[in-house]
Amino acid sequence: MDARLNLLNKPSVPAAEAEPPVVRLRHFTRRFGDNTILADLNLDIAPGEFVALLGRSGSGKTTLLRTLAGLDSTEGQDVTVPASRAVVFQDARLLPWKKVWRNVALGLKGKDVKARAVAALEEVGLDHRIDAWPLTLSGGEAQRVALARALVREPKLLLLDEPFAALDALTRIRMHRLVLDLWRAHKPAVLMVTHDVDEAVALADRILVLDEGRICAQDRIAIPRGERGELARPYREKFLQILEGSVRNDAVIPFPAGGAQ
Amino acid sequence: MSFINKLVNSRWFSPLALLAAWEAGSRLGLIPERTLAAPSAVAGTLFGMLVSGELPSNLAVSFGRVLTGLAIGVTFGVVFALIAGLSRKGEAAVDPLMQIKRTIPTLALTPLFIVWFGIGETPKIALIAFASMFPVYLNLYSGIRGVDLRLLEGARSFGLSRAEQVWHVILPGALPSLLVGLRYSLSIAILVLVVAEQINASAGLGYLINNARDFMRTDVIVVCLIVYAVLGLAADWLVRTIENRALVWRPSLVKA
Repeated sequence: MDARLNLLNKPSVPAAEAEPPVVRLRHFTRRFGDNTILADLNLDIAPGEFVALLGRSGSGKTTLLRTLAGLDSTEGQDVTVPASRAVVFQDARLLPWKKVWRNVALGLKGKDVKARAVAALEEVGLDHRIDAWPLTLSGGEAQRVALARALVREPKLLLLDEPFAALDALTRIRMHRLVLDLWRAHKPAVLMVTHDVDEAVALADRILVLDEGRICAQDRIAIPRGERGELARPYREKFLQILEGSVRNDAVIPFPAGGAQ
Repeated sequence: MSFINKLVNSRWFSPLALLAAWEAGSRLGLIPERTLAAPSAVAGTLFGMLVSGELPSNLAVSFGRVLTGLAIGVTFGVVFALIAGLSRKGEAAVDPLMQIKRTIPTLALTPLFIVWFGIGETPKIALIAFASMFPVYLNLYSGIRGVDLRLLEGARSFGLSRAEQVWHVILPGALPSLLVGLRYSLSIAILVLVVAEQINASAGLGYLINNARDFMRTDVIVVCLIVYAVLGLAADWLVRTIENRALVWRPSLVKA
């Protein structure tokens, strides 16, 4: 077994960060009525870090993402998120009555809005569909437009909400490559919500496992992205064990006390 | 043989047969002219009225009434729908009134409008405006409320202000509903026009019909009926044209 693979067993030593984190949550709690969705959650994301958030349906993944996206009120809570952030949703959420480039340019201010939108579309390989209507795009194309729309804002934090869940396997692999290329070129911090272990392992620097509103495990993957082929299977098994509670005590990596890293 | 077969199967056959029977009935004296003029007589009258300018000038008067009434009604309908659709307070204030208004048949207000506005142009236009307001209001209001919340949320996540959300997301999203409402409003406006024009009109299609009734000119009455039908068709065509231009993004129209 690869020595660099710690399989969520040992607390991973957080890398010493020179820069302050772009995202900082302390004791974050979110309730809807009597339902506690997120409880006492601590989270830091470093600038340029690619974090995958794994969890079952109903684990609070989407609530956490909505909080970071500024879609839910965070009044009275200790939450720091950068002002420049962008979301790619599972359904691309393009406005069907605006041509592709106008969707990308949505809400942009300043000069050369069209030029910037077109440049972003070129980057995702869609410069030939600039004037297309969104409803004529395929699922993969729509998701690439959504990526361009997010990246044209040069966000410090890019939030991906199961962005590839509705795509076919082949398109998904191509989208993974595209996302990595774009991430390397623009270096935003990324939080990708997913329920796909393979996807998380293939893309992320760090994997968080969210269950019942808590981060119940996390791991930093030191292995370079090209060499992770065999990694998904052991991770998947461990992930299942954690969720079933069979290895909870020794597997759970407690977040550093008070969340201070 | 095949031509007759085609004719019998075509959708033109039964209307044409009816027309032919009607003409034959008139010629044979089975349908007296004071009951219903022959189609040929109607066509002749139509031509005569067109050439003399009697029909165009009266049509222009009626058209003006519809247009003015519609402009007022649609404007109010849109404004009320925006107020009710975009704010909870506005909804609480406007919607109950509109629902009350809906329960009163517009034409039942005719006597009241005559008392208020006299027998000139005002009650006619007011009736049309009042009747055409509701379909636009109801459809636009439900269109605004039915805008896809996920799209709105997406726009919000990109930091669009409330005004920008309304302009880029809510209004374009509600446009198809508005056009449906507009189509209803147009047909109701023409319906109300017919009745409103019976109020002591001195010009317009209603005046022509009333006059023709007094002189038992069934040919003129039929001509006016045809013109009303053409008005309805034209209104429908107008909205269709607007839809084709404004909703080019819809897939059915994209493919066409």
